[in-house]
Amino acid sequence: MSMNIHSVKRWFSRAGELVNEFYNAPYRSAIARAKRDEDDLFMLLVYSEIMGVPNPAAYYTLELQPLMLERFHEWHKRMGMEHSPLDHFRCC
Amino acid sequence: MNAIVMMLLGLGAMFLGYVFYSKFIAEKIFKLDPNFKTPAHELEDGVDFVPTNKYVLWGHHFTSVAGAAPIIGPAIAVIWGWVPAFLWVVFGTIFFAGVHDAGAIWASNRNKAKSIGNLTGDVVGKRSQTLFMIVIFLVLLMVNAVFATAISGLLIKFSSSVVPVWGAIFVALIIGQIIFRKWMGLGAVSVLGVIALYLLIWVGPSVPLELPETVMGVSDNAQWVLILFGYAAIASLLPVWMLLQPRDYINGLQLFIGLILLYGATLLLGPEISAPAFNTNTPEGTPSMLPLLFVTIACGAISGFHGLVASGTTSKQLDKETDARFVGYFGAIGEGSLSLATIIAATAGFATLADWEAVYSSFGQGGVAAFVEGGANIISQGIGLEADIAETLLTVMAVLFAGTTMDTGLRLQRYIFQEWGGLYNIRWMQKALPATLLAVGSCLLLAFGAGGADGSGGLLIWPLFGTTNQLLAGLTLLVITVMLVRLGRPMYYTLLPLIFLLIMTVFALIVQLKGFYDKGDWFLLTLDLVVLVAAIWIALEASASLSKIKKEQKAENTKG
Repeated sequence: MSMNIHSVKRWFSRAGELVNEFYNAPYRSAIARAKRDEDDLFMLLVYSEIMGVPNPAAYYTLELQPLMLERFHEWHKRMGMEHSPLDHFRCC
Repeated sequence: MNAIVMMLLGLGAMFLGYVFYSKFIAEKIFKLDPNFKTPAHELEDGVDFVPTNKYVLWGHHFTSVAGAAPIIGPAIAVIWGWVPAFLWVVFGTIFFAGVHDAGAIWASNRNKAKSIGNLTGDVVGKRSQTLFMIVIFLVLLMVNAVFATAISGLLIKFSSSVVPVWGAIFVALIIGQIIFRKWMGLGAVSVLGVIALYLLIWVGPSVPLELPETVMGVSDNAQWVLILFGYAAIASLLPVWMLLQPRDYINGLQLFIGLILLYGATLLLGPEISAPAFNTNTPEGTPSMLPLLFVTIACGAISGFHGLVASGTTSKQLDKETDARFVGYFGAIGEGSLSLATIIAATAGFATLADWEAVYSSFGQGGVAAFVEGGANIISQGIGLEADIAETLLTVMAVLFAGTTMDTGLRLQRYIFQEWGGLYNIRWMQKALPATLLAVGSCLLLAFGAGGADGSGGLLIWPLFGTTNQLLAGLTLLVITVMLVRLGRPMYYTLLPLIFLLIMTVFALIVQLKGFYDKGDWFLLTLDLVVLVAAIWIALEASASLSKIKKEQKAENTKG
């Protein structure tokens, strides 16, 4: 009996996974892209001083710079630039 | 004849087509390779390229391609009798649509999951790519105008569906919020959502809603068309998770529930087909069956729209190349089965031949309304659901499908305008709102331009829409054929359908051209001419590119 309950439970969780995929798969890319756009904007804020845009919150965003480095690298790759476009800011 | 026989023959033939013909095509022609590294793995980025379970991918592919079109087309086409529509849907699905859809996935998969539009540029030539953009734009334009008209007709004829149809949008909005804010799991939400929707359908007949016959000289039909485009414009601008995603999900569930209900009720009831096998007594003004049948039923037999879904999104998520057979070919069969259910509803759902003839009193009459009425009769007698509730249920299903296609279509049209804005450096056109307004404006122009101020003329362009849709399929088949020839594989399995489609579409365009000329409908005449030029252009491109490759291959052979 316990075996049965176990397999029913497993079946339910598998069905749940499939339903979740069915809900999410079609729009995964649209949503991820929208999120990426927002992240890009945030990155622009964090690195704005490097590009000569004054940033009143520089004191706080400076701390975030190392954390964003990986994403910055991905960003310039995505924009079709082999290396960092900024003169004094090399990431690779 | 009994409808069960038709159902078993149709479903059986399509199933055999999947088991044997698709196996042959997949193994011998496309030579699908389970070890081929698909773009989903090669370029995996968690955004566009994500390897996806083949059943999930099939469900997603099937629900994106199956909409209102495979219902409207066959429901109009049974006016020539049930046999022609039945044969074209069944054999079209087996030999045309399945090969086309699986082929589009394969072609895209072998080319870094590029869309068929881009592939046309790479494989056939730049000129063809331009042509492709024009044909896509025309298809989207027509689909929006036609569906707006079809929905407004349904909302007026079945006023009990107005509350559930708009209620369903609120249900979707709420589901979107619940999922987004993670208040509840998807399983529970699905059950609640479906219950809410069916409660609305149950309530619908007791609260019928009608618009005033005229408001400031605008007829009720035209009012609905305007409201629908207003809705579609807003919906296409909202973030997808808010409305589009939950509504598509509910529609997907509705599609499966609807199919099960219709086929189940047919099995239980076993209604006799009251429509004639071949209608020798067609109403006056009905165009000749050949070639119009082959463009009236586009989706359900073969549809170019599938190529867009197959290459734009499905191919980017293909886990293994061999999955293309199941996802593409079986997806086409899913859509064929929806068309088959429509044929059953529109021919076996009426008690006598006289009843049927009263509904199909002229060409373009009947249509979705016949599907709703006939289907409701079968469901209410087969499983004992009240007739007006069954009617509301099927209307809601058809309207929601058409509505989804409308705002997806509008969104795609907006992208095209934005792309043109970028191409020609027109700043304002690159923004979402002005581009959406342009898209809505062009659709409204067509909806009202085709049929006058009451906006009921949209359905006049149905055959023209079918023709354009077939042309799109023709372009995709051309891409697949050229790829096959380059690989030195047999080309007739895609070339023969291509030739057949081109002959039928050109033939149909000329027949319609004469019809529009006789009626003095200069607006549609111009549209017809544009499509005709595109069709002849495609035929020329096809023969030019194929003979060029043949020559190249010959030259290489003599060299070697």
